[in-house]
Amino acid sequence: MNRSLTALAAGSAAALLLSACGSDGDSSAESGGSLVGEGTGEDCVIEDPVPIGAALSLTGGAASYGESQQRGLELAAGHLSENEGVSYDLTIEDDGTDPRQGITVFEQFVEDGASIIIGPTLSNTAFQAQPIAQEAGVPVLGISNTASGITEQGDYVFRVSLTEQQVIPQTVQQATEAYGLEQVVVMYSNDDAFTESGYEVFAQSLEEEGVEVLDTLTFSTSDTDFRALLTEARNAEPDAIVVSALIEAAIPLVTQARELGIEVPIIGGNGFNNPQLMADAGEAAEGVVVGAAWNSASDNPANADFLSAYEEEYGSQPDQFAAQAYAGMTVIDHAVRAGCSGERDAIQTELGNVSEVETVLGTLSINENRDAEHEAVVQVVEDGQFTVLD
Amino acid sequence: MQQLVNGLSIGSIYALFAIGFTLVFGILDRLNLAHPAVFAAAAFVGIELVTVAGLSIWLALPAVFVVGALLGLVIERVAFRPLKGRPDAHFAGLISSIALGGMLIALLQWRYHADTRRFPAESFPDTRFQLLGAQVTLLQAAILVISVLLMVALTWLVARTRLGRAMRAVAENPTAARVLGINVDRVTATTFALSSALGAVAGALFAMNVNSAQLGMGAAIELKGLAVIIVGGMGSLPGALVGGLALGLAEVFAVQYVGSSWRDLVAFGLLFLVLLVRPQGLFGARRVREV
Repeated sequence: MNRSLTALAAGSAAALLLSACGSDGDSSAESGGSLVGEGTGEDCVIEDPVPIGAALSLTGGAASYGESQQRGLELAAGHLSENEGVSYDLTIEDDGTDPRQGITVFEQFVEDGASIIIGPTLSNTAFQAQPIAQEAGVPVLGISNTASGITEQGDYVFRVSLTEQQVIPQTVQQATEAYGLEQVVVMYSNDDAFTESGYEVFAQSLEEEGVEVLDTLTFSTSDTDFRALLTEARNAEPDAIVVSALIEAAIPLVTQARELGIEVPIIGGNGFNNPQLMADAGEAAEGVVVGAAWNSASDNPANADFLSAYEEEYGSQPDQFAAQAYAGMTVIDHAVRAGCSGERDAIQTELGNVSEVETVLGTLSINENRDAEHEAVVQVVEDGQFTVLD
Repeated sequence: MQQLVNGLSIGSIYALFAIGFTLVFGILDRLNLAHPAVFAAAAFVGIELVTVAGLSIWLALPAVFVVGALLGLVIERVAFRPLKGRPDAHFAGLISSIALGGMLIALLQWRYHADTRRFPAESFPDTRFQLLGAQVTLLQAAILVISVLLMVALTWLVARTRLGRAMRAVAENPTAARVLGINVDRVTATTFALSSALGAVAGALFAMNVNSAQLGMGAAIELKGLAVIIVGGMGSLPGALVGGLALGLAEVFAVQYVGSSWRDLVAFGLLFLVLLVRPQGLFGARRVREV
């Protein structure tokens, strides 16, 4: 509450200052010369801090993701400002897991002269808020959106998060191999952009792997009682249950499935990729298979540093959302330094040129569709922990 | 068989929620729309009691019952009593209870934020029974038993006790009841307390059943509760019981025989059908008020 109030106050103060100078908020980022520096890469020096806005879901259904992202971003901003030459002014606002509030936050950032906007947390919000930034010519970097079509919204929209199209086929393929899947039941919530696009990729990958879908069951994002659906699923006697749902639904779904005596693996989309699953579902979470963009056990040096720094700062293990947020800042820093400019258009150009940057997610490139490319990992819950499936 | 168990367990919660709803309507002729807020508040309070105070879930239930009763007294005092003398008291009470319910939800949001809350994973007993091929958890069985016990106790209370007689007298004619020496205000307050206590227990049981509590959970069940009391007959206690179980079963069997996407359509379609065929509800009598 306090943070957003201060940010708001700072925002309006900035707006006042700008109008006093006789220029409007929109042109400030383009006309102000102090965001352009000299040198390139590590030698780049930019006088003013580069303003970055982040719209995260700090409350509402996706709050648990948003909190991790906030920590990841703040940790990264702290680390980056220790480097010489370029510093960042990171402002985080809450979108309340609500597309309408997301739009408001985006409008605010555009007006306040943010050089780039990070977020929002959910694809559903992203679809509605991103056009604001696209129209105003402000680059957007998604750090957790996995639905298809996110970056198709415009040439200012980028993301570092792998899409469901990239992660799910790997998940299905490896799970099919590991468990010898022949028949599955698919469940998904059909009133959310993210879970629906996840379902489509699951259906396609299952077909490609030659796995038969016995039944497809739908529910609503707000549902919490899945017993009737799960009983149907159980009666079909599948080798596994494939689910595309958000964590809010995933936890009761998994708990109730185990309660009904369903012991087969449950294969989840990105929504399941959250340590809260083990914390709240307890033993029921055992045997849940999730594809992930981040391998927490990876021994690349960037990742090892990130793990220890995060643990020291927050006293807990980071999750994928924190890692992706951290990587997002790394990519932005790379783009800013490459062009040695904190201006909107320069960042947009350089984000498109990102290639083989070392991040906590591994070696990351951004392809011609403005989507990230790096290696994915398939995990299974064992003894209350995500471990790599093999 | 499994679906029958699922339907009965969710249906008994609908029934318990609806019976509190219909009690106030049957006796006092008021629709208390703060009832769903009590339902949600009880779930959060129950989780708080288990997580912070370390109560077992069985002990938390009576505590939630008491909290619900207190909330009921507050609702009656704040939303209904000041308006009771007005000619449009029905409508005014309806609106003021919506307002109070909204305030209650806002308070919950302030206290617990908008996040989903859950009972700690280890607070549930993991005893399971096999019943004719169906998996029944101890919790599901307990939900059914507790709901039915509470509803039977309420029916007995209304039919057999002194308080029940007073309630029925107030339902029949408040002025005449006052003339007969019944403290109408006290009976009214007690009715609200009982109603909210039942709604509160329903909320806590619902949160246990699905292991999650959300601010919107009251709004989600409100429509279903209204549907149940309309199907059962406005103001009829056995009607609410049967209606609740029927709705739970209808939802479950809609999933089994029609398809998961059609669940709400089937359930509310049935409601529509009942209204067309029997406008007074299954147990409602035309123009004669029943308690």
